[in-house]
Amino acid sequence: MNEITVRQALQQGLSEAIENDPDVFIMGEDIGAYGGAYAITSGFLEKYGPERIKDTPISEAGFIGAGIGSAAAGLKPIVELMSISFSLVGFDQIVNMAANLRYMSGGQINVPMVIRAPTGAGMQLGATHSQSFETWLCEVPGLKVVAPSNPKDALGLLRSSIKDLNPVIFAESAGLYGVKGEVPDEYFEIEIGKADIKQSGTDITLVSYGHGMPLLQKVSDELSKKNVSSEVIDLRSLSPIDYDLINNSIQKTGRALLLDTARKNGGVMAEIAANVNESSGDYLDGPILRVGSEDVPWPYNRKLEQHAMTSVPKIMNKIEQGYSL
Amino acid sequence: MNKEDYLNLYRKMYLIRLFEESCGENYSKGFIRGFLHLYIGQEAVAVGSIDALQEKDYIVTHYRDHGHAIARGLSTNGLMAELFGKETGVSKGKGGSMHLFDAEKNFMGGHAIVGAQMPLSAGFALASQYRQEDSVTVVYFGDGATNQGTFHETMNLASVWKLPMIFFLENNFYGMGTSVERIRTNGKSFSNLAEGYGIPSTIVDGMDVLAVKETTNEVVQKVRNGNGPALIEATTFRFQGHSMADPAKYRESSEVDEWKKKDPVEAFPNYILSKKIATQEEIDEIKKSVSEEMVSAVKFATDSNEPDLNSLGKDVYL
Repeated sequence: MNEITVRQALQQGLSEAIENDPDVFIMGEDIGAYGGAYAITSGFLEKYGPERIKDTPISEAGFIGAGIGSAAAGLKPIVELMSISFSLVGFDQIVNMAANLRYMSGGQINVPMVIRAPTGAGMQLGATHSQSFETWLCEVPGLKVVAPSNPKDALGLLRSSIKDLNPVIFAESAGLYGVKGEVPDEYFEIEIGKADIKQSGTDITLVSYGHGMPLLQKVSDELSKKNVSSEVIDLRSLSPIDYDLINNSIQKTGRALLLDTARKNGGVMAEIAANVNESSGDYLDGPILRVGSEDVPWPYNRKLEQHAMTSVPKIMNKIEQGYSL
Repeated sequence: MNKEDYLNLYRKMYLIRLFEESCGENYSKGFIRGFLHLYIGQEAVAVGSIDALQEKDYIVTHYRDHGHAIARGLSTNGLMAELFGKETGVSKGKGGSMHLFDAEKNFMGGHAIVGAQMPLSAGFALASQYRQEDSVTVVYFGDGATNQGTFHETMNLASVWKLPMIFFLENNFYGMGTSVERIRTNGKSFSNLAEGYGIPSTIVDGMDVLAVKETTNEVVQKVRNGNGPALIEATTFRFQGHSMADPAKYRESSEVDEWKKKDPVEAFPNYILSKKIATQEEIDEIKKSVSEEMVSAVKFATDSNEPDLNSLGKDVYL
């Protein structure tokens, strides 16, 4: 085991891919000479050269589309966006090209491409830079969407995403790049579509992903002080969602708190709540509880931003009110 | 060019014309549904330019894509079956008129969001460059697409990366029902847009199949030799409305009549005859064979099965 940060795990996964597969190249704004907005590709240009590490003009639609075309021609591009909020400028390429090409060509064209993008609020970046559009992209058939919360998952999911022959949205919680964790020395991958039980428990199932996981760990600690045993699930993959694992857990505990750090309206957890309602309704001891960020544009002011975000007290209140725990 | 080459150009243009007429007829009968955009009048553009390409070159086009598909050699059976929504269609009945594909022939669609095909095309050109292959990518688009950001973003990308691609503008002077004068201040020519991006451009008479072929040949050769991207603007005209739903009230019939005088499907065989390159009998033989091909394509489409309902979720993911 080796203790590294999420950033180092991503660097390791990207380096491996570049070194092991000549078809892999990385493309994005300021990933080369600048070293990446979040320094993920720092030093890559010097090490791997401008053919493999391509700085692009500020033209998201242009270079996302170019990535898709190169993938359709058999290359394996990894495209970095500075923020998942910027996916909006290239949304047509992501949805109508990357996701639809295979289907509307009758299965003739594959798009083996990874789009990496930082996501989430909490850094006082205001309305345009703090959004979590992985939730929108989950709606699009043809795309896979993953969101690691720790170094091991970041490396394992990145390896699977690069190998996958479908377009994969790789949503990186911007606030978690510096988080440390143990990563196995031997090679491993994490299968897309498989959630992870971070902690087993019997009384309530807590579900989130990405930036929600550190919150859930604290909630779980609070609950154990009250002798409530919680099962903590990290989705890891938002499309497809591991419904079997989630429903099995909730059928065991009879209670569920689902946490979106994205805005609550239309979040991933809304879809999970509906599925659990249909699949596990008879097992529930009460309503499925859902916490998400406030449905407002993200404010700049720190107190306002924190007020819009989810928090341990908000989650604890919800559980106390919902289940009298 | 020998006699066969001339006759081949004529055959393809005539095949597109009859294919499109047949599409219109089968749309009226209800066998073809959805949006249907006919290429009638523009045949010389697709046929002349694609004749100048090699098999290894990539072709990406817009939603008025039947002509390019036929010029590239996709079978009329598979194309008509696609329009009929049948499982034997080139896109298995899942694409329809605006989404024709044949990856084996490097015919990469049929794209129906105006201008969206341009970034994608840069990707095919990037792949050729990355692998140090000498294939080129040709992306077709209309005058309407020149005001999309993707056109400008892609011209800049292609120029700064020296991508082996040709921007092929089919200027038919109307973006749906809006004339070019109403969407661009300097009037009718678009090729000067490329200058700002350091991309050389050429204007060609898109009603003259030989001129289109010759111009494309010259441009493709330069692009293939590593000189970076280029733009070709072919001036042309669609004789029918934007789609089957369009009565074309936004233009005078006299304008259409003027352009019809240059109809390539009429003018080119006359040229061949006047130059004594081929005989009337040889032209008639082509007409007969193309008519037979179309009868057989419609029969193939009619007789083919609809897609199995179980195929609904197939090809979403691999």
